[in-house]
Amino acid sequence: MSGKTTGDHGNQVGTALVIGSVNWFKYASPQAFYPLAGAMIPWFAWAAAACGIAGLYTGFFVAPTDHQQGESYRIIFIHVAAAWMSMFIYLVMAFWAGVGLVFNTRLSHMMATALAPTGALFTFIALWTGSLWGKPTWGTWWVWDARLTSELILLFLYFGFMALQAAIDEPRRADRAGAVLALVGVVNIPIIYFSVKWWNTLHQGASVSLTSAPTMAATMFSGMLLMALAAWMYSIAAALHRMRSIILERERGTDWVAQQARENRL
Amino acid sequence: MNWASWSDFFAMGGYAVYVWGSYGATIGLIIVETFLLRSRRRAALEQLGRSAMRGRA
Repeated sequence: MSGKTTGDHGNQVGTALVIGSVNWFKYASPQAFYPLAGAMIPWFAWAAAACGIAGLYTGFFVAPTDHQQGESYRIIFIHVAAAWMSMFIYLVMAFWAGVGLVFNTRLSHMMATALAPTGALFTFIALWTGSLWGKPTWGTWWVWDARLTSELILLFLYFGFMALQAAIDEPRRADRAGAVLALVGVVNIPIIYFSVKWWNTLHQGASVSLTSAPTMAATMFSGMLLMALAAWMYSIAAALHRMRSIILERERGTDWVAQQARENRL
Repeated sequence: MNWASWSDFFAMGGYAVYVWGSYGATIGLIIVETFLLRSRRRAALEQLGRSAMRGRA
């Protein structure tokens, strides 16, 4: 491996990435990241609560009844936010896994590990709410079409990532094995996203895209965006919180953890 | 306003099972994850406390 290490307790990256006079690798050390994450968690948690309440209010009391689907369409406010989040978290997880493989930074791998359960949660929610929406609109809980099947594969990728890491005792090897799996699985994300275009699916096409105006009422759209924002904020808070626990678990033997534990500052 | 009364709201136009099944499961799972996050942190801190005790003895 290139890059000299400064021992187990310090930053593992010898070469510093300096952009705009800020050494960005400073925060790549668990010791520096731990308090930073701790300070950020309440902000993201409160933002998640605020966006969630605003989104639920908009979704149930402002957005009108759909003229085709009646009230059943209100599942959209959870379903779309969860489905977007399930794919996005995977991309972020694979990104950090890739960074971890290239730069050999422990913190990047921990970030990937911290994201996986929350990603799996949103994938499950997307599938669950989709099923409950499918029954009244399509007349079936489940169908093996491309969109649904590829989303189910996403759930298995998250589970596979977590199971693989849990099965390997040595953290460094667990990190690497998980990272390779995460990167290989990335190919599934464009398949999920474009499945409604590439194949003739029962699942409807995108109601929202970057290139055209949304095909729904403005209040429905804003409710959906607020819920998506809430999902983002929640995911960041949850991942940072899990990250801090992972740091404590893995850095147990280091001087800084021992010292801060004695001083009750963790 | 979409709803004439609270019972109208809870009925969700006849789709109560599907709508509340979605929202209920989501909120429930988020509560479960929050609980798991807290207990993992508590376990990590307790483990540290135990090893600190051993170090002092």
